[in-house]
Amino acid sequence: MLAPGTKVRVRNDWPETRGPCHIRTPHYVRGETGVVVRHLGDFPNPEDLAFARPAPILALYHVRFAQPALWGEGMAGDEVVVEIFEPWLEAA
Amino acid sequence: MSVVEAESERLLAAVRALLLEKGITSREEIAERIRITDGGSPAQGARMVARAWVDPQYRALMLADGARAAEAMGIPMRGLPPLGVLEDTPALHHLVVCTLCSCYPRAVLGYPPFWFKSAAYRARAVRDPRGLLSEWGTVLPAEVKLRVVDSTADYRWMVLPLRPAGTDGWSEDALAALVHEGDMVGVSVPSAG
Repeated sequence: MLAPGTKVRVRNDWPETRGPCHIRTPHYVRGETGVVVRHLGDFPNPEDLAFARPAPILALYHVRFAQPALWGEGMAGDEVVVEIFEPWLEAA
Repeated sequence: MSVVEAESERLLAAVRALLLEKGITSREEIAERIRITDGGSPAQGARMVARAWVDPQYRALMLADGARAAEAMGIPMRGLPPLGVLEDTPALHHLVVCTLCSCYPRAVLGYPPFWFKSAAYRARAVRDPRGLLSEWGTVLPAEVKLRVVDSTADYRWMVLPLRPAGTDGWSEDALAALVHEGDMVGVSVPSAG
């Protein structure tokens, strides 16, 4: 379990280049660094559910990113918060 | 004939008949689901917001567990995704988007409006949120922080906006009438004017 405040990096992975898939991690945060806001709960992996495969239960987190850092524009202090499953997060 | 080519009404009738025949669901359950789905509207969310403005205990429940707070107002949430409630403060404004598709808290806000599903809204809400807000007439002062919440997975999100000035002593019904769909997505803010 990742504690609130933990610094994380979203895996810079692009499964869509390897074949059919269903990914809930938006492109714009892949490879980016954020901070865990809190654990939202545990849910079956949508990447498996979409293909009717047995879906392991995964921890889901709210992760906060500095908005200007994602896009190279915007107002300092603004944030984007995204729901991300634990396997997409690595230590930063 | 493939599923894609089938006429939708006939396809629906066939699937419905199969679900009944196999005992997966019942006519009553289907009717109940239709009734619940039709009951979802921004008026439901507005009732919750108004209650939270006048009742600190309800506000606390709403922020802790939106689905339980909805059920406390008689809104059926069984089988639906968890509902998260984002509390605006004088220093923090929330904006909700689903960049991947159009996830929306339908039980409390109804069907997502057309603009919520548009590619333009979904792209600009994360890339140029203040520019997007200003086109809605919502100009955030620089000292107010903006938090965009991208609804990418199992939660659905609604905003609990600030109670407008000049509404002291107003009834819950009068307050609820001030709260519109966009206020609970965060593109606009309620006003008493």
